[in-house]
Amino acid sequence: MTLLTNEELEILRRKARVIRKDILEMYAVSGGGHFGGSLSVVEILTLLYGKVMRYDPRNPKWPERDRLILSKGHTNGALCGALAEFGFFPKDLLNTFNQLDSPFGMHPDMHKIPGCDMSTGSLGHGSAVAAGIALAGKADRLDYFVYLILGDGECQEGTVWESASVSAHYHLNNLIAFVDRNRISQEGMTEEVNRLEPFADRWRSFGWNVQEIDGHDFEQIYAGILAAQQSKEFPTVLIAHTIKGRGVSFMENTYKYHYADLTSEELELARYELDVEGGE
Amino acid sequence: MISILPIAPLASRVAAGKRLVEEAKKDPRIWLLTADVARSTGLGAFVDELPNRFINLGIAEQTMVGVAAGLATCGKLPYLSAFAAMLSLRACEQIRSDVAYPNLNVKIFATHSVLALAKGGTTHHATEDMAIMRSMANMTVVVPCDMYEAEKMISALVRIPGPAYIRLRRGNDPLVHEEEFSLEIGKAIQLRDGNHITIISCGRLLAECLIATRILSEYGIQARLLDMHTVKPIDVAAIEKAARETEMVFTVEDHNILGGLGGAVAEVMAELGGVAPLYRFGFRDVYAGIGPEEQLLDKHGLSAEKIANKIKEILLRKGINAGPISPYPEGLSKSKGG
Repeated sequence: MTLLTNEELEILRRKARVIRKDILEMYAVSGGGHFGGSLSVVEILTLLYGKVMRYDPRNPKWPERDRLILSKGHTNGALCGALAEFGFFPKDLLNTFNQLDSPFGMHPDMHKIPGCDMSTGSLGHGSAVAAGIALAGKADRLDYFVYLILGDGECQEGTVWESASVSAHYHLNNLIAFVDRNRISQEGMTEEVNRLEPFADRWRSFGWNVQEIDGHDFEQIYAGILAAQQSKEFPTVLIAHTIKGRGVSFMENTYKYHYADLTSEELELARYELDVEGGE
Repeated sequence: MISILPIAPLASRVAAGKRLVEEAKKDPRIWLLTADVARSTGLGAFVDELPNRFINLGIAEQTMVGVAAGLATCGKLPYLSAFAAMLSLRACEQIRSDVAYPNLNVKIFATHSVLALAKGGTTHHATEDMAIMRSMANMTVVVPCDMYEAEKMISALVRIPGPAYIRLRRGNDPLVHEEEFSLEIGKAIQLRDGNHITIISCGRLLAECLIATRILSEYGIQARLLDMHTVKPIDVAAIEKAARETEMVFTVEDHNILGGLGGAVAEVMAELGGVAPLYRFGFRDVYAGIGPEEQLLDKHGLSAEKIANKIKEILLRKGINAGPISPYPEGLSKSKGG
């Protein structure tokens, strides 16, 4: 069974390709960026903004909108690329990334980026904020969903679990979390640095619904979200297995491009691989 | 320790909590969040009367602050209730990055500040909180001195958008104010006029300062006393006036002398450029230790008598004019502005 039509899939793939190119250009031109985790989260963001979320780019503060909290704020380039691609602001503004007084920097600022629902950056903060927004939605009887995007390395922060406990306790079934499980943090493999496994069991033991999906497969991401939206009681986490640096061969599956400043040769190769010349 | 001021019928935190319930009944934006200490912090009435706008997050101060930030992005006005030491230290980064930086409308109701949990020892003493909170852009820092001021402050802060830190104690404070007086956030209240020196204080120690001014008066030293209830934004004009019109300025706080009220006043006076000398009373870069609160304050020189004696000693040492019936040699006198 397919949940997405071929036409939808084609559009989503094209958008994801464009967002990857935007990430590359933003980071390369501004002298460096978090390539690995930005490239691994692209399909999740593309599907959320391209198919799932309720929002109005002309009215980004619409109270009934779905919210997205990018708790792994260091991958802001991916968020900005998605927000531009889905109409929140003109794409050429991304050229200012990390420049003086730009709205767009390494980490998102909710008062400067149209469509950004929370300023983030320090890991382990977004999950509590997402819980607060979910609580407000229930109190106001608004049927929006809160989408929270965590990094897997981020789950080494204790506050992720402190708030996971609260979200399950308060039955926040309007909260849907993703963990970008690319298995690599800044300096190595999560399992070697500070083990997360049995990761799914950890979430289950905190009272969450858990699904494991391929975080680059639109069908699987979509199926996971649809199931999560049906939860009657508890929040859901989608453990999205991804490839750090997805799309650029030399960035894939290594911590070395968690943050990097590319040489001109690397930039040329990355552009070639992401098909900058070939267009869409 | 002299105690000639009437003791308030209610603890400031209890009075503030009652006022918060009154405000919340009129203003549906107001929520109360706690880290499992709502009743201990005087907010039991809110829990009982407005349970749908109350959340106990458990012993999780950091998550409480994050949840409050999330609620605030949806137009709510959360008041957070926890012990000052844990809020300002444990949840410091959440307050800074999730509340102050995005300038969200979250009010931090920090009780059991200073030595309120005196016997709790240093882990439970908040003697750095004003310095920490004051250093965050967008943050307002207020320190009520008694129950009447605490009540007025709660009502005033409901009407001022943006983050604020309210430093409250535990017990029933001596009454410094009458029930009716005018309070404006950011504007010091002159409790007593005097032309020789100025004492600037806030919170619990204002009562000691008020008594100290009476002791000093017996020696002919007329002290102006300012209730600097708002430590940030601090009333620069009142400090400048005091520095220009009196011979010396003293700050008195139940806080480390670094970075709190004394620090704030010192910054203002330094920029004025040597208009008057300054001395800061407080914990002089030490932890307070263990013991009953009043005894600890006395040990650190923060009782009325010790404040008065120290002021006399400093004035004598500096040869500053201490008034018409000064016990000091005439030759040492120098008067400002005649």
